[in-house]
Amino acid sequence: MYAKSKQISHHHNDDKIFSSCALFGMINLTGVRFTSREPLRAISSMRERGNGLGGGFAIYGIYPDFKDLYAFHAMYMNLKSKERAEKILMRDFRILLSEEIPTKGSNKLPNPPIFWRYFLEPEPSKIKDEYVDSDEYVVKRVRKINIGVKGAYIISSGKNMGVFKGIGFPEDIADFFYLDEYEGYMWVCHARFPTNTPGWWGGAHPFNILDWSVAHNGELSSYGVNRRYLEMQGYKCTMWTDTEVLAYAFDLLARRHRIPIKLIAKILAPPYWEEIDSMEIKERLMFTALRKVYGSLMMNGPFSIIVAHHGEMIGLTDRKKLRPLTAGIKGDFLYISSEEAAIRLISPKLDKIIRPSGGEMIIGRIKSPQSLEVPPLIRREHI
Amino acid sequence: MRTYLLPEYIVERDDLKCTRCKICIEQCTYGVHYYNAAKNIIESRSERCVNCLRCVLFCPVNAITVRRNLNAYRENYHWTYEFIASIKRQAELGSALLSGMGCDRPYLTFWDKLLLNACQVTNPPIDPIREPIEIRTYLGRKPKILEFKTGDGDIELETKIAPDLCAETPILFAAMSYGAVNLNVHEALARAAVECGTYFNCGEGGLHPNLYKYSEHIIVQVASGRFGVDLKYLNAGAAIEIKIGQGAKPGIGGHLPGEKVSKDIAAVRMIPAGTDALSPAPHHDIYSIEDLRQLIYALKEATEYTKPVAVKIAAVHNSAAIASGIARAGADIIVLDGVRGATGAAPKIIRDNVGIPIELAIASVDQRLREEGIRNEVSLIASGGIRNSADVVKAIALGADAVYIGTAALIAMGCTLCQRCYTGKCSWGIATTDPEISKRLNPEDAYKRVVNLVRAWNIEIKEMLGAMGMDSIESLRGNREQLRGVGLTDRELKILGVKMAGE
Ligand code: SF4
Ligand code: SF4
Repeated sequence: MYAKSKQISHHHNDDKIFSSCALFGMINLTGVRFTSREPLRAISSMRERGNGLGGGFAIYGIYPDFKDLYAFHAMYMNLKSKERAEKILMRDFRILLSEEIPTKGSNKLPNPPIFWRYFLEPEPSKIKDEYVDSDEYVVKRVRKINIGVKGAYIISSGKNMGVFKGIGFPEDIADFFYLDEYEGYMWVCHARFPTNTPGWWGGAHPFNILDWSVAHNGELSSYGVNRRYLEMQGYKCTMWTDTEVLAYAFDLLARRHRIPIKLIAKILAPPYWEEIDSMEIKERLMFTALRKVYGSLMMNGPFSIIVAHHGEMIGLTDRKKLRPLTAGIKGDFLYISSEEAAIRLISPKLDKIIRPSGGEMIIGRIKSPQSLEVPPLIRREHI
Repeated sequence: MRTYLLPEYIVERDDLKCTRCKICIEQCTYGVHYYNAAKNIIESRSERCVNCLRCVLFCPVNAITVRRNLNAYRENYHWTYEFIASIKRQAELGSALLSGMGCDRPYLTFWDKLLLNACQVTNPPIDPIREPIEIRTYLGRKPKILEFKTGDGDIELETKIAPDLCAETPILFAAMSYGAVNLNVHEALARAAVECGTYFNCGEGGLHPNLYKYSEHIIVQVASGRFGVDLKYLNAGAAIEIKIGQGAKPGIGGHLPGEKVSKDIAAVRMIPAGTDALSPAPHHDIYSIEDLRQLIYALKEATEYTKPVAVKIAAVHNSAAIASGIARAGADIIVLDGVRGATGAAPKIIRDNVGIPIELAIASVDQRLREEGIRNEVSLIASGGIRNSADVVKAIALGADAVYIGTAALIAMGCTLCQRCYTGKCSWGIATTDPEISKRLNPEDAYKRVVNLVRAWNIEIKEMLGAMGMDSIESLRGNREQLRGVGLTDRELKILGVKMAGE
């Protein structure tokens, strides 16, 4: 089977891979885990939005037995890349379990790479020497493998979570990875419509770093500047996708700069100057400062995203709302979806439906249902 | 000495049309036209004509044509008219030749080799008539990171942002000193800056008392001559710019001849009337980067850290390293002036042969500052030969925050780029301090023309941004993915950091 795996990578050397997509996210706000049945039905219903060239899932709460260890999902284009990446992993980590991720060999998906997972923790003696926290230590290694080892990609690196993705419709990917055997309290699903062929496995969503996952639908005109800003901060963009840029932006802002999540939304999709100018002085100074300092991270162009990390799921669109996004609440569940129909399919009688306007963020936070925030509608006079 | 110079231009007059109104005689500041009473005709001394086109535009019956002299030296690829004429002129004068405006030699203009992107299908272009597109630009030092205090649901900003400039357009007016141009020009630019929500740099000759009322929109300059610099002046401006050099004459000081130093100019410059105003080539208190740091902080101390300090340099071979030093020396804004940058007077040989194109300088400085991780902490203004709104957009995509326009603003007022600014006889009333000729420039009219120009460019910038699918200029800054090169070598593309069209 491995012999058949071809090196499928980024073929055309485009600036980036364009794609249009379907997003679906579902979280149980009390942390109860559930199977793939509903999320898979919902994402599959938006088949029009994908073209079978990319599908993926980020599932949170799937490895409760190893919840204190980093769970690495690795994608290898060949055995050689696996060998080289494992050399780094073995040197820098204490690996408690290393196993192949079960996949269906008979599945019709083209040229699947090798998928492997590791449960590990930073090598204690090494991390002591580096004076960094373990997250930073992990990010460094992930970056090192993704950039430095040809054909090897760590596609997820959080704790008690994992990303499964590849070329195919979401239902094919779910089938390929036997996702019906996993349970999680939060599922983020993605179906892709890339404009280049063939899609490549690494380009599928969700994109992940540590426990941050991003699924994204859109096309950023600001990609060039977003990317150069992040590169200045030490990130290397290897996947040629807007989504990667978004994931790094979240990592930088939330983890490294500790910006409150509400304000991160206002960096990615800031209010117009006209709105800022009419704010109270304190707010005005704050929003002006955000745009001055983080203007290079404004995501300009159509996008809708679902961002997840442990205990929290966030939905956001660009400030003009050029891509769709709807949220629904039913009991302990929050759904965020490209289309309302997908939510209605699995939960016809919703308690509440939310249609955020451009730049408004939907946040679902576990265990405190009140924290579900819907910012007030911002009226916008167009000039 | 008899001149061996060929007249460069020939002035022709359609005598059948000419009404003998003598307007051309009045308008020409170079003494070309005269009335021949014996014959009752108007005649011209073509050898004096600089092709400023003042008479052509003011002749009420369109009787005048100015054309290149068809008598030329024998064709020679190597010895062009320019070189032969310069030698003849120098053989007669025995001095360095002066010139005005910017380098006019045929070095590659990279703006014309760069093309912009637009959205098709995968994302929608934005229509500036229906949707807001924002071009506001803040210039100044920014912190690397913002810190917040979060208490019960409330978020408060803890980081203090240093004082900066807020321009409603990425276009500012470049330094032109009082003396090089007259008060009418200064007034027109200052008022245009107020109206457009941008800034006018008053140049190195001080600021006339009548203009202090516009000072919220004025950047005051401190150059090696320190003309007109006192505490009041420093505190008047919205920002202070230290001028190390300018694109038209890198490494060269300035010389305003005594004849141009009228009583008014002398008072503003704080020198005796009628004396030459000399700006030394270096600042004599800056012989290295740490000295620059001292001056930056001296100015900040003097103004109690209420204003951003800019440092302007001519774009030269190692601008990238110099710019990085300037950023580290504490400057809040770096101004790069390219080889096409203009002047009121410069040795022609320097103007035409020293410095590098602004496009390459922006690209390498922006890249270097990014490699050092400090690009976002300082602002970068590009200057020198910006001709239209596409040049502005390309400059920003290459990595500038904003641009200065000088020549373009003067052209809007009437300048025809005749390059005779150094004579002090500018027939359009711009580069002259002669009180009579200066009257030709009506500040009310000139200010309107400049405002119109900026307004027009703003609209075009928004059109281009919208076509690229962006509704805010910060997404363009340094976004080289939006540029493609045509007809450039691999090396040029590499320095510019752009891909070849088709890639
Ligand atoms: S301005 Fe025209 S019409 Fe008047 S004198 Fe000159 S050439 Fe003749
Ligand atoms: S400012 Fe006057 S002298 Fe200078 S180029 Fe323009 S028209 Fe000629």
